[in-house]
Amino acid sequence: MASRTVSKDIITLKGSAAIVSEFFGYAANSILYNRGVYPEESFARVKKYGLPMLLTQDEAVKTFITNLTSQLSEWLEAGQLQRIVLVIMSKAAGEVLERWNFNIVTDVEVVEKGVIKEKSDKEIMREIQAIMRQVNSCISFLPCLEEPCIFDVLAYTDAETAVPFTWVESDAKLIDNPQMVKLHSFDTKIHKVDTMVSYKVDDLDDDSYIASFEA
Amino acid sequence: MEAAGCSSSRPPRRRRPEMLPPAPGSAGPSRPYMPSLCTNSKNPSTKCYGDRFIPDRSAMDMDMAYYLLTEPKKDQENEGMVPPAKQAYRRLLAEKFLGGRTRILTFRNKPPEPQGMLQQISAETQTSSQINPAKQHRKIPKFAERTLDAPGVVDDYYLNVLDWGSKNVVSIALENTLYLWNSSDSSTSELVTVDDDNGPITSVSWSCEGQHIAIGLNSSDIQLWDASSSRKLRTLQGVHESRVGSLAWNSNILTTGGMDGKIVNNDVRMRSHIVQTYRGHEAEVCGLRWSGSCQQLASGGNDNLVHIWDASMASSNPSLGHTRWLHRFNDHLSAVKALAWCPFQSNLLASGGGGNDRCIKFWNTHTGLCLNSVDTGAQVCALIWNKNEKELLSACGFIQKPLILWKYPSMVKLAELEGHTSRVLCLAQSPDGSTVASVAADETLRFWNVFGTPEALKPAAKTVHTGMFNSFSHIR
Repeated sequence: MASRTVSKDIITLKGSAAIVSEFFGYAANSILYNRGVYPEESFARVKKYGLPMLLTQDEAVKTFITNLTSQLSEWLEAGQLQRIVLVIMSKAAGEVLERWNFNIVTDVEVVEKGVIKEKSDKEIMREIQAIMRQVNSCISFLPCLEEPCIFDVLAYTDAETAVPFTWVESDAKLIDNPQMVKLHSFDTKIHKVDTMVSYKVDDLDDDSYIASFEA
Repeated sequence: MEAAGCSSSRPPRRRRPEMLPPAPGSAGPSRPYMPSLCTNSKNPSTKCYGDRFIPDRSAMDMDMAYYLLTEPKKDQENEGMVPPAKQAYRRLLAEKFLGGRTRILTFRNKPPEPQGMLQQISAETQTSSQINPAKQHRKIPKFAERTLDAPGVVDDYYLNVLDWGSKNVVSIALENTLYLWNSSDSSTSELVTVDDDNGPITSVSWSCEGQHIAIGLNSSDIQLWDASSSRKLRTLQGVHESRVGSLAWNSNILTTGGMDGKIVNNDVRMRSHIVQTYRGHEAEVCGLRWSGSCQQLASGGNDNLVHIWDASMASSNPSLGHTRWLHRFNDHLSAVKALAWCPFQSNLLASGGGGNDRCIKFWNTHTGLCLNSVDTGAQVCALIWNKNEKELLSACGFIQKPLILWKYPSMVKLAELEGHTSRVLCLAQSPDGSTVASVAADETLRFWNVFGTPEALKPAAKTVHTGMFNSFSHIR
């Protein structure tokens, strides 16, 4: 009995990479659903992290995210991934409207020496749950996406990482003068993931608000 | 810099004192001092010296005003309003120092675009900007909608024997006879057959209101006909010394271009009808077009020249000699018959050259500059703009598919229309802009629905539907 609880709390590099990449898959689905990038009816409800989560049923999107997470876990295991950014752009103009930033700090000791860390699954899940709750509640402060949007994913890797055949280098797709909101973070003791969303401020609304406030 | 540090979060509200509009009535310290120009009702003892136009400056503190006006600007510069050059430099620095250690990667294959969503949104919000993307996929029929026989059409590049009036009647001259084809009921009628001494008919043009038609003859005579009553109104004689190959209307002015190189403005209401004469061409005038604003006349001749004449510059006295052209374009290497004024940009003219030139050229008629030149590979006989889209249809001679639809300004070929087996001589556009008629040396007159139904006409079709539903409700 006691040995079982001990074995559960041990976390390996591979396991941590799996948790982080899985987390990103769910987070991406959740963002795409919540921000209305794809139609609502193309998502189905599943239970995960003790929360109802929505997963896309669109085959093409599914394939894209599956390919993505498998590549991400590969990089995570090698400790080469520094950041993942999900970018939401307007379909017509290609203007970057939102950047969902997942900053990853990898414990170098684990990658190089294979040290095994301890943290219970439950605790990690609780931390992820908190992030997911925040992602779901972001609609309340993010500006409405009124036009059709597309998304893309950027992976920030070490410079010495070999570029896989299916990947190309990209620019950062930054937003000029963005508004940023930091969300919760979670830590597997091997990978620490900080979440942050930056978005384009609706200038017009903001101005009229200030003007009316001060008049 | 977003890339530099994601952990440092900014204060949620940005500082932008410089962008605040001055709130009316608020007299904060940031507001520049402005003396009131109107009489101050609160203080009747103050006399107002200046009048409405010359303000009294004695009450102004110019030094203070200057200080207040310039001060906020200096503030901006001090407080981090970084000039763009500096910003770019900083970004570059950050990239060099920070970006060297990371590599930003993205999938080659992009995630699928949400398709269904677009329709949903456009259905929800009926703004025109969101409907536009769907409109781009206009199907361009490659074949003629209707073909009519045109036996005996004179195969002469320099003539203009086809026109489509504003009352939806197509007029075509086949040797000595002028036929009218009503496009609303597809009926054909013969308007006039001129005798052999005068014929053949070398040019045809409907007046702007579509009631009258002008006919230029080989004999140099010009006849005016009333199309509805099939009655000849008058004959203009002695305008030109040889055949009249081109005609253009500008309300009551009929402009005629002759083989003698003269361009004459005739006021058809006046007894002595010659109002102005433009001399500039050394050879036959084969292309004549008034601009949409009727302010400029473009003329093309067999001397490879294009002239732009300004209507307001013309001297009304013909004895003063020739009126000088506004612009003379001598870039074409062959006769210029094809001329078309752009419907959406008043100073843009497209011109097409003959067999040795083969080019379509675009001109800014205000500055006189050539904007673009495209080699079509064949003699350009006629050009017509799409009224609804930035597209141009060209008719060429002696190639497999003589009608080519171009996108403007990229000049990408959108479509090539098949059907004519010989060179196209003339083009004419329907009044609604959707259909183009072409007559070719293969003795056929073909109609092409190349430009599509304009967007403005579609709501009209919708009202018919609602009418139908109304009748249903009547039944119940």
